Amino acid sequence: MDGIPIALGYFAVAFTLGITAKNSGLTALQTFIATALTNASAGGYAGFRAIAENVSYLDMALTILVVNIRYFLMSCALSQKLSPKTPLLHRLFIGFDLTDEIFGISMAVKGNLCPYYNYGAMTVTIPSWATGAALGVIIGNVLPHSIVNALSVGIYGMFLAIIIPPAKQNKIIAGIVTVSFALSFAFAKIPLFSGISSGIRIMILTVAIGFVAAILFPVKEEETDE
Amino acid sequence: MNNTYIYIGIMFLVTFLIRVLPLTIIRKRIKNVTLRSFLYYVPYITLAVMTFPAIIETTDSVLAGLVSFIVGILLAYLGVSLFGVAVSCCAIVFVCEFIIKLL
Repeated sequence: MDGIPIALGYFAVAFTLGITAKNSGLTALQTFIATALTNASAGGYAGFRAIAENVSYLDMALTILVVNIRYFLMSCALSQKLSPKTPLLHRLFIGFDLTDEIFGISMAVKGNLCPYYNYGAMTVTIPSWATGAALGVIIGNVLPHSIVNALSVGIYGMFLAIIIPPAKQNKIIAGIVTVSFALSFAFAKIPLFSGISSGIRIMILTVAIGFVAAILFPVKEEETDE
Repeated sequence: MNNTYIYIGIMFLVTFLIRVLPLTIIRKRIKNVTLRSFLYYVPYITLAVMTFPAIIETTDSVLAGLVSFIVGILLAYLGVSLFGVAVSCCAIVFVCEFIIKLL
């Protein structure tokens, strides 16, 4: 169920990603395969741009590594949500579709995460994502711009619905969220930092703020187990 | 000219490994308090950083994004569901941009 708003948002984002893919010379089939396998917006975007520029294979690997490095942190955090008994195969499948959004809803689950929760979300989000991108290649700019715009903020609304309720109950989280908003805005606007890609910005800020918060406000055992 | 399918293969492989390695390697509960606390705070920070200022940059008008951001926070604070907040944010942007175009 929680996958449906994500799927709607994905469709809009994927559609615009498809337009990038088309401009990079990819066919609808190639775009469909690439998006279904990677499930990454910034990663997909960077990858398609790299294909257009005909970079070396090594450059491609490095580009994807840098753009997607935040998933490494998310994967570390998510490893603590899984029951230690979760088998390898489930871990592989969950990791395969560990996107920003799926990470968000997975962390919002109370207690241990059941792999089938993720599979449920994946069955609606992956087709929506890949089909949206392929359609973006085929029909390009047909969908009215105003609708694409409106759909694309849905994802952020969802993020807010995930982080605000815990912030309401926990003053430390509220403070951390506020600081994150402020620093993220500052990093995006201050000329010295604004050249940094959003993927890197997310990673630097997450590590920096998270580290400071962990030292200032260590959490007791019970709280992290929820 | 490099092969597009090899490019796609590299994209897949690198993305997959980044996501899967920590999940498969870290199997136990981490005991270190600082590290646990860090990982506990990570999702909130990451999601907050990803939301703002991106929400005001995806829309044509900064104002529409900002209104949607503020209303989204209010609705979430009042306990509206995930789906409800997401749809409301979309509707607000659609209406705001419509009104702005009329003016």
